[in-house]
Amino acid sequence: MTSLYSFVTGPLAWIAFGIFIIGSVYRLVSMYALAKAKDGSSLAYMSWFYGLRSILAWMVPFKSQGWKSDPLMTVTTFVFHIAFLLVAVFLNAHVVLWDMNFGISIPSLPTAFGDIVSFVAIAGCAVFAYRRLSLPHVKGVTRCQDWFALILVILPFITGVLAYHQIGPVLLMTILHVLSAELLIALIPFTRLSHALFVLFTRAYMGSEFGGVRHANDW
Amino acid sequence: MSHIADRIISDVGLEAGVAGLTTEKIETVVNQMLKGETGAKLRAYKETCMRCGLCSQGCHYYMSHDQDPSYSPVNKATETMYELMEKKGKVEPQRIYEMAQMAYTECNLCKRCAHYCPIGIDTGYIMSMVRRICYLLDVVPQYIRDTAHSHSSTMNQMWVKDDEWIDSLQWQEDEARDEFPDLRIPLDKEGADIYYSVIAPEPKFRTQLIYQAAAIMNAAGCDWTMPSHPGWDNSDMCMFVGDFENMGRLKRAHYESAQKLRVKRIVMGECGHAFRSVYDMGNRWLGHKKMPVPVIHAIDFYWELIRDNKIKITHKYEKPVTIQDPCNIIRGRGLMDKLRDVVHFLCEEVVEMTPNREHNYCCCAGGGVINCGPPFKNTRMTGNRVKAEQLKATGVKDVVIPCHNCHGGIEDIIGYYDLGMHGKFIGDIIYELMEKPEL
Repeated sequence: MTSLYSFVTGPLAWIAFGIFIIGSVYRLVSMYALAKAKDGSSLAYMSWFYGLRSILAWMVPFKSQGWKSDPLMTVTTFVFHIAFLLVAVFLNAHVVLWDMNFGISIPSLPTAFGDIVSFVAIAGCAVFAYRRLSLPHVKGVTRCQDWFALILVILPFITGVLAYHQIGPVLLMTILHVLSAELLIALIPFTRLSHALFVLFTRAYMGSEFGGVRHANDW
Repeated sequence: MSHIADRIISDVGLEAGVAGLTTEKIETVVNQMLKGETGAKLRAYKETCMRCGLCSQGCHYYMSHDQDPSYSPVNKATETMYELMEKKGKVEPQRIYEMAQMAYTECNLCKRCAHYCPIGIDTGYIMSMVRRICYLLDVVPQYIRDTAHSHSSTMNQMWVKDDEWIDSLQWQEDEARDEFPDLRIPLDKEGADIYYSVIAPEPKFRTQLIYQAAAIMNAAGCDWTMPSHPGWDNSDMCMFVGDFENMGRLKRAHYESAQKLRVKRIVMGECGHAFRSVYDMGNRWLGHKKMPVPVIHAIDFYWELIRDNKIKITHKYEKPVTIQDPCNIIRGRGLMDKLRDVVHFLCEEVVEMTPNREHNYCCCAGGGVINCGPPFKNTRMTGNRVKAEQLKATGVKDVVIPCHNCHGGIEDIIGYYDLGMHGKFIGDIIYELMEKPEL
């Protein structure tokens, strides 16, 4: 078991990060190449000013029509994404990892707060799942890929909480936690989670069209 | 949740088109189109869309059908383009019928959903690409196909013949000289400041609008002209059909007819879709990042006339009015403030609809939907109850509508929901209020 732990936290972690980085670069570069080849009449209108303006406008909760229309979704989206980043980067156990493996030392969240944030992230996923199961306009368009992405995201949180609270065999839970996190990281470029890579560009493009060509707000 | 298959409407164009399809042909055409014509934009939209459903409330069809998910933008994209991409075009002919009906008649391409999508997905673009596929498969509603054929044969939407066009202008000039003795409609005047262009329904059945425009140009002392040759029609149903080849021909003819006369700029009548064709679609197809001849919409033109004190009115319009914000010039070109400046200059009292400006609900006629003809009239009527409610809530009787499509759509809704209202072009109001010579 210990050797398995060493394997998943050692070589497998490098592989997961490697797939994530190389995969992300590949996806972004190939998408850009495709855009240059086929979407010249759209690329021509890309604007830093209007693109950034749109991104910033949509980062303000309840500013856009979309965020106003569904408060539960709005709160959940913002809280979940913030919680995800906080836990992934600043959870004290992860801060130790950054330090040990990369020599990067960053401040960490207070232990109890980190624990709460993990629960908040799980609750966020639960709301997303609730919407997919209950709201007709979401249920009707939900496909297996959407569920797969959601499960991929929630697993590291659940196993992490179990491991931290020592529910079940601790070492096994830790290994499962690391494994599921690695799976998540490696698959980001190749699943619905790729929105993490592309959203800035689609948002900036819409902002550029609305600001520069259409002279109207896109929020 | 209803399903598109439950509400199939009989249409000769769709039926005949689908009868000529085989699954092999569908597969070939879909893949050729997706590979040859679309690129990263469509792929990123499909992949990045989280199907969160937030766009639903942006759509008037969804809101008007008691939030039936079948009409939500994300569902329309999922059931058409996303399905074609996922199945690599392996769908049955009947499915193409359903997709065509959805794309041509249940989306006005108004892009209101853009205000609702956090990711920035342009469902209007996706639906345009579905239409393009349907067009290439020859599955197009009969009426709009017929209109596109008129464009491709005569370079205008209404099969107005070259001599009939000139005749209509001279007839209006002749009529107007009874009221304005010095009035001219100068044809082919080289180097004029203004090239006035209209959509073909104006000479065909709204000829008074040309009369009014001539009266306004005359009163304002404009140096203007209208072309006697093809290119005069700025409208573009080929754009909405998905016939991009003819869309390119039309816009080229429009720009070139103005270039031939070496005019300073084109002023377009009160139409929205034609403007979209000029600044968003046709220009890109031709590879023009900027317009080869400056083009402005009538609202812009009226606004300038008012700013420069060139329009003199005898009094303000006394009855309260409300304002329809046409998607293609408001959400499409940011003319909401100028539109309000103009209407407030002309009218005593303006009662705003909510929501308005760039968040306005579509008239449900645009995007070529009204041009799909009588078989789909009820689609428009039931699909835009929200607009009727919006109109009714203002409590006024007159609606200022600076767009031909919106006029058609809103007049229909007013009749269907018995609202007792009436639409007016800005030109109607200016003409009514302007100083006229005493005879």
